[in-house]
Amino acid sequence: MYRTMVRIRLAEERLATLVEAGEIKTPCHLCIGQEAIATGVCATLADGDYVWGGHRSHGHYLARGGDLTNLIAEILGKATGCSKGRGGSMHLFAEQVGILGTAPIVAATIPLAVGAGLASKMRKDSRVSVAFFGDGAMEEGHFHESMNLAAIYGLPVLFVCENNFYASHLALLERRRNDNLYQAAESHGMPSARLDGNDVMEVYASVRTAVDRARAGLGPSLLECRTYRWRGHVGASWDEDVGVKRRAELEDWLPADPIRRAAEALIALGTDSAFFRDAEIAALGEIEEAVRVARNAPEPSESELLHHVFA
Amino acid sequence: MRTLTYAQAIREAFEQLLETDPRVFVIGQGLWSPWYVGTSMQDLDRRFGRDRILDTPVSENATTGAAIGAALAGMRPIVVHPRMDFMLLAIDPIVNQAANWSYMFGGQIGVPLVIRSIINRGGQQGAQHSQALQAFFLHVPGIKVVMPASPFDAKGLLIAAVRDGNPVMYIDDRWLYDSVGEVPSEMYEVPIGAGAVRRSGSQLTIVASSWMVGQALAAADELRGRGLSAEVVDLRSIKPWDRQLVLRSVRKTGRLIVADGGWTTGGVGAEIAATVAHDAFDDLKAPVQRVALPDSPAPTSRVLEQAYYPTDKHIIAAAERMFARAERWVQEAV
Repeated sequence: MYRTMVRIRLAEERLATLVEAGEIKTPCHLCIGQEAIATGVCATLADGDYVWGGHRSHGHYLARGGDLTNLIAEILGKATGCSKGRGGSMHLFAEQVGILGTAPIVAATIPLAVGAGLASKMRKDSRVSVAFFGDGAMEEGHFHESMNLAAIYGLPVLFVCENNFYASHLALLERRRNDNLYQAAESHGMPSARLDGNDVMEVYASVRTAVDRARAGLGPSLLECRTYRWRGHVGASWDEDVGVKRRAELEDWLPADPIRRAAEALIALGTDSAFFRDAEIAALGEIEEAVRVARNAPEPSESELLHHVFA
Repeated sequence: MRTLTYAQAIREAFEQLLETDPRVFVIGQGLWSPWYVGTSMQDLDRRFGRDRILDTPVSENATTGAAIGAALAGMRPIVVHPRMDFMLLAIDPIVNQAANWSYMFGGQIGVPLVIRSIINRGGQQGAQHSQALQAFFLHVPGIKVVMPASPFDAKGLLIAAVRDGNPVMYIDDRWLYDSVGEVPSEMYEVPIGAGAVRRSGSQLTIVASSWMVGQALAAADELRGRGLSAEVVDLRSIKPWDRQLVLRSVRKTGRLIVADGGWTTGGVGAEIAATVAHDAFDDLKAPVQRVALPDSPAPTSRVLEQAYYPTDKHIIAAAERMFARAERWVQEAV
């Protein structure tokens, strides 16, 4: 899981440089600072399980095992991208690892996750379906309708809220009365937990329980994973335009870096420093190679503009 | 051949699809209650179980989204909206998600989803229980729209829609439920995108869909009594619609009336009129006429409601306008 988090972090930082350089034009919503949630959740999943995401899903895609080169090619709009250059950063696809599409309409893939869970229950194939979404998505009707459906049908669905305390520029308590996201589960009759989303082991352990429960046919759960996004809502900036308050908050959150905390835990267990160095070097090498291959990949052909409207 | 009502034909399509394909299931409101969907789904829950015929909470958005997710996961769901008006709560999953999904992911996956939406108008139900919104979906790439006018097509188009592999909106009109026609007992498909000539004629083409097809045929009968030969084209699918069939007919007759049960502005008739003006302008002998709803919400008063819905009388009036104009020209020329 440490290696996965480092790989996501370094890939996102590399994408940030490409955004700053103007080489990437498609809107990129980076998950730097939030890597432990995607990593901890996906580490609990089995082959065949489904993962659904939104606008900020590079981490979900990579943690689940989506191909890095295809991701970067997609963000560069290339024909070899994971969505053939039709999706960009916000529409990622990796069917072989259960990612049947991510979409940036806030909360829109939550009902889709419920539907995949419904298919799983009807076929009795015990696949679990995970919906990743942010705190803003919990203000959408999609969310509440979907929670209710999953609950009444007892579906194998995990609702994973990555609460980074901001919906774009608006803070959580500017959008709701109470900081109590996990309590939404109670009214829908399902269990929930509030987790330290920057502690990958805590995420892993709690999600493991929820996944086991879902796979055993005991129904859905809601997990509120509290975290903080280091960069802006979109793009590479550190989001200072939002104001001083956010900068002060970031100062509090930077020491809670999920990667640093995982490293400290590993060191306490006696992990050799070479492990950390190797993890970083391996990821950097892979990312540079992926960027090189993606840059050299062909653009989609103009003659294919109208292809794929229907499958 | 055996005859069925339109509602029975829909029900038979459901029954045969559920019997023959374990991936097919139905999700929507009112499915255990004949009150919502008439006899078109009667007892399907008893026959196939309430795990496959899901009568849902009042959650158009989540049920439609769940149907999309299940379709992506390999199922063949049919989501039912017993009133099209309420389906507007599911516009995000229909337009943003289902219609775009194939394109957004480079054609690597389709959404084999059927959205059955029912036009349930009349009876003084007013603005939010009466709408016929097919033109909305005509506008959106990535979704097909079918509107059967006969029991035969009601069955065959539903089967074709489920087998299509893409999002298909299947729109049926409750005013048609008791109409009777020949329906084969075996499974068959009516191809999506193919219209049909319901009556041949030489002087005027009337293009219609759904309930308006019956009105067009009645109008053609009346016009024939006045010595006017009208051809009636049933679109069956409004997206894609059968351009070649319509153009061929208009090139033959030189006159076109488009009769549609939606609003006039930006409606199905507007699209067809524009296409004919573009592709067959030189064949036209008179301006295209549209027969459609006036641009107002549906009223509730009996008097206003009778004035609101277009019928065969409106089609006949449109034909009279076209030929009166021609006569005027002739007189002026003389």
